Amino acid sequence: MTSVLDLTVNGRARQDLVEDSALLLDYLRDVAGLTGTKQGCDGGECGACTVLVDDRPRLACSTLAHQVAGRRVETIEGQAKRGRMSRLQTAFHERLGTQCGYCTPGMIMAAEGLLRRDPAPSPEAIREALSGNLCRCTGYVKIIESVQAAATEEAAP
Amino acid sequence: MTVLPPKGGIGVPTPLVDGIEKVTGRARYTADLRPADALAGAILRSPVSHGILRGVDTTAAEALPGVLAVVTGADCAVPFGVLPIARNEYPLARDRVRYRGEPIAAVAAVDDRTAAQALALIRADIAPLPAVFESAKARGPKAPLLHDDKPGNIEREVHQSFGDVEAGFAAAALVREGTFTFAEVNHVHLEPNATLAEYDPERDRLTLHTTTQVPYYVHLTVAQCLEVDTARIRVVKPFLGGGFGARTEALGFEVIAALLARKAGGTVFLPLSREDTFLTHRGRPQADITLKLGLTADGRLTACAATCVQRGGAYAGYGIITILYAGALLHGLYDIPAVTYDGWRVYTNLPPCGAMRGHGTVDMRAAFEALLDEMAADLGLDPFAVRRVNLLTAPATTLMGQKVLSNGLAECLDWVERASGWHKRRGSLPPGRGLGMACSHYVSGTSKPKHWTGEPHAVINLKLDFDGAITILTGASDIGQGSSTVVAQVVGEVLGCDPGRLRVISSDSAVTPKDNGSYSSRVTFMVGNATIQAAESLKAILVEAAARRLDAAPDQIECLGETFRVAGIQDTGLSFGDVVREALIDTGTITVKGTFTCPVEFQGDKAIRGSAIGASMGFSYAAQVAECSVDPVTGRVTVHKLWVAADVGRAINPLAVEGQIQGAAWMGVGQALSEETNWRDGRGIATNLLDYRVPTTADSPEIEVHIVESLDPNGPFGAKEASEGPLAGSIAAIMNAVHDATGVRARALPLSPERVFELFAPNGA
Repeated sequence: MTSVLDLTVNGRARQDLVEDSALLLDYLRDVAGLTGTKQGCDGGECGACTVLVDDRPRLACSTLAHQVAGRRVETIEGQAKRGRMSRLQTAFHERLGTQCGYCTPGMIMAAEGLLRRDPAPSPEAIREALSGNLCRCTGYVKIIESVQAAATEEAAP
Repeated sequence: MTVLPPKGGIGVPTPLVDGIEKVTGRARYTADLRPADALAGAILRSPVSHGILRGVDTTAAEALPGVLAVVTGADCAVPFGVLPIARNEYPLARDRVRYRGEPIAAVAAVDDRTAAQALALIRADIAPLPAVFESAKARGPKAPLLHDDKPGNIEREVHQSFGDVEAGFAAAALVREGTFTFAEVNHVHLEPNATLAEYDPERDRLTLHTTTQVPYYVHLTVAQCLEVDTARIRVVKPFLGGGFGARTEALGFEVIAALLARKAGGTVFLPLSREDTFLTHRGRPQADITLKLGLTADGRLTACAATCVQRGGAYAGYGIITILYAGALLHGLYDIPAVTYDGWRVYTNLPPCGAMRGHGTVDMRAAFEALLDEMAADLGLDPFAVRRVNLLTAPATTLMGQKVLSNGLAECLDWVERASGWHKRRGSLPPGRGLGMACSHYVSGTSKPKHWTGEPHAVINLKLDFDGAITILTGASDIGQGSSTVVAQVVGEVLGCDPGRLRVISSDSAVTPKDNGSYSSRVTFMVGNATIQAAESLKAILVEAAARRLDAAPDQIECLGETFRVAGIQDTGLSFGDVVREALIDTGTITVKGTFTCPVEFQGDKAIRGSAIGASMGFSYAAQVAECSVDPVTGRVTVHKLWVAADVGRAINPLAVEGQIQGAAWMGVGQALSEETNWRDGRGIATNLLDYRVPTTADSPEIEVHIVESLDPNGPFGAKEASEGPLAGSIAAIMNAVHDATGVRARALPLSPERVFELFAPNGA
């Protein structure tokens, strides 16, 4: 069965005919063509597919596409505005919060969700907010530094 | 936030040249390249651990509408394996299955659902055989044999003896033997395995995009298994989500994707799930180690006798090299006058093991450092003092013929001792909290390549054209470690030009020169040296052109990167563009090549069997201190902080070097505390990321890094490896910190709460 799905993806209204059983992850990658959102596990274990739904981090691999009907979905592709990276993207790039890059989209979206609800998080709050996102390259050190740097930038006048 | 201008040159912390793609989601990994109309590939795996494969009936699957190809062992009669002397694995099982999860058949269908339905219609007729899952049982007299030509299920035995070990033990003030066991671990590269295979039947050509660290080996293996000319194959490595050794050999799924594409006459996307990726495995084998050391009263090592049994799984893979490495890197860290090593690599009915970060050396090094710590304590010696008295002084040649030309371990020890407050804090921490330290080392590339073709060990091309842009064409596989950034920095350093002129194109066999791949930490060292040569050639061409134009001799020309002028003359000189235009006259587009070959004297001592393993032109060194606490009720170990100092020769990109050191040390934390594959009667019960516990942000320590630069005479600008050496040391430092915290010595890893609790109260006492 397929049904019409109305939603907003990265600020653009979309209307697509989508299978009722389709995962948000597959909808984003295969229908919307937004392959920045990654799959790293067989469901809910690694956080690589983290997107924002109405500003809150959510695992696209464990969400049906139709569950987000009428909602605002944001992915990594929507973070840069007019080609300019977001503060988190810049910080992850310049401070090597990314190595192989595969966890990076999910990590940045989880961090973005954190900064929206807590613009000046403590290191402990950053660790907690990212604890569902696995990274195998960095040991998390530069990831946490990147989020801190972006938050400081945000907090500065 | 203003974006920093790109920086060039070495020694400058440099963001990755492909970092913007990674943080914006524009980076395309293999699965992101799947065309909408690609066929869906899927693999049927053996449900039994050992059996005679009497037949595979694919009739019903082939008849299912929407199925375009079904392949079985009958479609490929050529075995593969990364070592030319040990090829005993088929992409799809023929006659026998040897582990649960071994591929038996595969299909290509119009979509994933049809592919799954087709798999369910395939009937495999398997007569089960007795299976063995442990090294000791596999070596027993009544064990079923996995491979008829391997009695006792021994893939390779290694026996090495250097110096007079008995005399060494006789001269020691303290001799101790310890037995250790280390669980098998998996790489858990975050991007699961996948291959996109495109076959053009009209031209009989095949293109693969695949998740590999070694596109060249994939190219060779697919050509061999499909029995086609290598010229008809193109292999591309897109962005790759980590590797850590898992992808340093061509793997069965890559051949299967190619077989399916050819049979279907089209494009097949074959994704492996996380479970499939665990079953493909190639991780660090479970190891049983015995170690005997002799120490004088002042802590000097007099002798070392080690044995290692590795549970290798069902097929050869890298096994021979892994078991050799475990002995080879007993050498090169400390000055030991006598060493014996006996190793056995054992076949078992489990997924095949392979190379993993710190290949072969990690468990042995961790055991060594733990036993040394224990013996130092019994002699009343400080652990740092024991290391210092045994340091190898460069230049040195080890008993195995390894040449050590630079060694910054002493400085590493000084830094971690000072930074951790070792002398002030150790012994005065609260109950249940402790400090431990350890050292480790690793090769900067294996000097002897696996394929003895006579070619250089690294080749790189630079192209300079009318536009003044320099394209760096490298086969080096950037797997996240930053190799593309390193080559750009090296070219920028030599030419001194605006980094905006530089672009890196990597890992496409149709475009870039062959590279052996990203393994054994060879890339910065070997490709880096080749890049210096190429950039110097290009610079010479530009200087000559400038000289021609300025009517001067080349040695009078001063190259200031973007400006060329006659030295000593106050003239504006020529711009880069002017010089390029001059240089292109009569020749057109300029391409230059750089190569590098490890001289034969660094390829091991021919008189010593197996000495090519562990032979390298440069050894990295690392020391670390771990601060841990142990919960006395639950046995849970927490690592609070690691201080890591690593001698990397020269940090070409200090930002990436720091990241590599942090990542390696952290990977040691996972192996020390929680990581463990778990096969019960051959069935994987931790083939997911919940049961296989990779540390999260919540249980990962602070890691403070200090870079030591010993400037190796052979390394590019003095550089050595940075990403494998520090791993083993953090495992041992944690083991030693747990002892400092609790008084118990762990001999089995990981240090899960259950194991630690058992150490507190043996047998439930």
